[in-house]
Amino acid sequence: MTVDATATKHPAPAVRRRHRLVEIGAMAAALVVMAPLVSLIFIAFSSDGSDWPHLIRNVIPASIETTLALLTMVAAGASFIGILAAWLITAFEFPLRRTLSWALILPLAVPTYLAAYAFAEFFHATGPVQSLYRDLLGYQSARDYWFPDIRSTGGTALVLVSVLYPYVYMTTRVVFLMQGRNLADAARTLGCGPLNAFWRVLLPVARPAVVAGVALVLMETLNDIGAAEYLGTKTLTFAVYATWLGRGSLAGGAQIALVMLAVVIALLSAEQWARKRQRFHNNRATAMKLRPVRIRLRRAKALAATAALCLPVLFGFGIPLFVFGRYALRRLDQIAEPRLADALITTVITASLTALLTVSLSLLLLNATRLSRALPVRLGARLASIGYALPGGLVALGLLYVLADIDNSVDAFMRAQFGFSTGLLLTGSMAAVVIACTIRFVALAEGSIRSGAEKLPANIDEAARSLGQTASGSARLILLPLLKPAILTAFLLVFVDTAKELSATILLRPFGYNTLATFVYENASRGAPEDGAIAALMIVATALVPVLLLAASFARDSTGQSL
Amino acid sequence: MGWARYTRRTVGLMTLAVALGGSTAAYAEGVVNIYTYRQPELIQPVLDAFTAETGIQTQVLFLDKGLEERVLAEGQNSPADVIMTVDVARLTKAKEKGITQALNDETINKNLPAEYRDPEGHWFGLTKRARVVYASKERVKDSAITYADLADPKWKGKLCMRSGQHDYNLALFGAAIAHWGPEKTEQWMQGLKANLAHKPEGGDRPQAKSIAAGECDIAIGNTYYVGLMRTNEKDPEEKVWGNAINVLFPTFENGLTHVNISGAALARYSPNHDNAVKLIQFLSGHKAQQIYAEKNFEYPVEPGLEPSEMVKSFGELKADTLPLVEIAANRKAASEMVDRVGLDDGPSS
Repeated sequence: MTVDATATKHPAPAVRRRHRLVEIGAMAAALVVMAPLVSLIFIAFSSDGSDWPHLIRNVIPASIETTLALLTMVAAGASFIGILAAWLITAFEFPLRRTLSWALILPLAVPTYLAAYAFAEFFHATGPVQSLYRDLLGYQSARDYWFPDIRSTGGTALVLVSVLYPYVYMTTRVVFLMQGRNLADAARTLGCGPLNAFWRVLLPVARPAVVAGVALVLMETLNDIGAAEYLGTKTLTFAVYATWLGRGSLAGGAQIALVMLAVVIALLSAEQWARKRQRFHNNRATAMKLRPVRIRLRRAKALAATAALCLPVLFGFGIPLFVFGRYALRRLDQIAEPRLADALITTVITASLTALLTVSLSLLLLNATRLSRALPVRLGARLASIGYALPGGLVALGLLYVLADIDNSVDAFMRAQFGFSTGLLLTGSMAAVVIACTIRFVALAEGSIRSGAEKLPANIDEAARSLGQTASGSARLILLPLLKPAILTAFLLVFVDTAKELSATILLRPFGYNTLATFVYENASRGAPEDGAIAALMIVATALVPVLLLAASFARDSTGQSL
Repeated sequence: MGWARYTRRTVGLMTLAVALGGSTAAYAEGVVNIYTYRQPELIQPVLDAFTAETGIQTQVLFLDKGLEERVLAEGQNSPADVIMTVDVARLTKAKEKGITQALNDETINKNLPAEYRDPEGHWFGLTKRARVVYASKERVKDSAITYADLADPKWKGKLCMRSGQHDYNLALFGAAIAHWGPEKTEQWMQGLKANLAHKPEGGDRPQAKSIAAGECDIAIGNTYYVGLMRTNEKDPEEKVWGNAINVLFPTFENGLTHVNISGAALARYSPNHDNAVKLIQFLSGHKAQQIYAEKNFEYPVEPGLEPSEMVKSFGELKADTLPLVEIAANRKAASEMVDRVGLDDGPSS
């Protein structure tokens, strides 16, 4: 009976078999992505929990409090800036609007650990801000006045908001662009002013996109160790590392990571829920081509808009550029160093390979959820994004154990059967680094392609199928071309994040494998971040190329599809 | 996995172009593989001297965390020959985890005093670093200080330090526990916390910077950073920080100053065993010890070898004779104490 039931859904057995193949492929991919997690669970249960009396009494409550405070502040800050920027850019005309529309993405190119260092320098008692403050008010010493301390939870939030808000800006902007015309026009004919239309129509419509952007921001905040450690903010991730390294209990660290996972699953479910409840897509393809009409702002208001949008760019991009630019100018001779050129090439190759692999994997997972109703497939595809929220060092460690196990088993087998050793094939190879980064960032790619797919009119696929296309034919001929901008975005986001990636790269790399990020870190960790300034700027520049490409497609884009 | 091998070769080729011919054949003869927690910048001068003398090429892999786990996971197939790290607790941890092997070599044992190496030969201390007090030249007139004094209320709001969870501070606190017992140490740590000018953050250098900026009067730091700051030709502001402070050698009741070590160990499954032994012999020898002293401003462990002129100008170091393994054994207790006291939360909470 059940056979009959499925047969009516999928008429040809050959098609069913092909779906099965996609399902199996997706499950396999999801398994690979979740391998480090499984390995972490094993590690977590390898100890008796003897760390917990101390953790519960002295660490966890405060860490949870700090983490929640940080998440709240970052979510509030990033969504405020992101939404405001998206709204102003799409709904109004004011000086520098065109430039700002892409410049607002620039901070994405700055890794959090560099931003933290730059902010700490910039706002330090010896930095330009406090020096100016003293000069203006006639103070002699840093002790004579109160100044907010960047080395605090609030300061960490400021740093993270400054470099992470673009995620919200990007996701929200697309929706405003796409929905702006129809809905805003309708609202206005019904007597709404622009502000009223924003509150009552645009914002509610954009909510799923805002939530998706904020979810990315929060996961980055949760897994961040660079900024938190440097600014002395004791988050859960900080506790993971202190337990593992300070008290020598890897199991304890893994156990805390599992607690974090609970937080993440809650976040992801919230995001899912928000998406489920509200889904808006246009029914006519032509509707996507219409841009909202922008209202020209007058003098004071126009200046205020320009100033308001310059501020986040200056913070997230200007301050790091200022701080590292000054150090870099003293070390221009470093540019000729072959070590740096080598690191640049390695970075670009690693980031490109990772982005390719990640995008392919995401497409496979999404195609599987499109075709299959099997719960394990859908769940697997969802859980695949969890790696993004875990501290990168732990993901890498989990993967390390898996890869080394595979290598050593193969080696033992070959020795026993054929009398020769294959050694370590994957462990300590570039492949290990690429796999680790793919696992970490698959959420980014999957998220942006999925939100692109959700904005397509649902009937496109149905139309193709009713005209005789197979499911995969429709995917290849209709959906993929339409999704090209979203796929490009996914590729670029992963490229940028891989170029910034540090903890997985440093743990899994082979001899002589240096990326720009490891170069910067080696110098910073011996207390001389100045010596990494050129490399730091090169990371920003490397990340900038795709960011600018993205920006260009933003500016060109008439469909509003790309982001 | 053809792909894995292919990408490996790509990386290999890229490195080849840089290394000017040939340190990439991981298991070829004439190579020694080093897994290190010490930054390549700091060990490269010594390694270059080693290659110049022996012709053996060195391959360096720097890790910031998880070195022990990686060697452990790689097991018998691990390419690691020599493990290098700072901090005695990391050396003893490597031994405990079973990633090192015993080495009883006459040359090495003759070069290194017994107190700076593992009795069973699992690790060897190569340099000493003293944990001292940076004191503002301008505002601090004291010419001597004890570790106990750091908790004296007269320094309220005037003390700066990096995170209490850092290796260097955990070792200092471990030594304090060994000298004073946990209860007295915890009271002392509460005193430290109360004296803090602000939340512990940054590395050791920023503490000197904070003193130069007038944020605090005294700070806890390692000696060699002072040398590095005072000789920094590229960033003149660092010279200012380095010159804003005096180095005071704080002491425990026995009149001696806490020192930690950097060291090396022979990896358990070292594939280039003989070269690894040669490297450790070289590191313990006179030439390497001199380079460490001159370039890195560390204290050599070789008896009778003087530190650099710069380091001598700080004053005389009387190193604590407390067995290093005792310090390492107290690490976990020290780390828990830091959390319990809330040292890293700063003075207010």
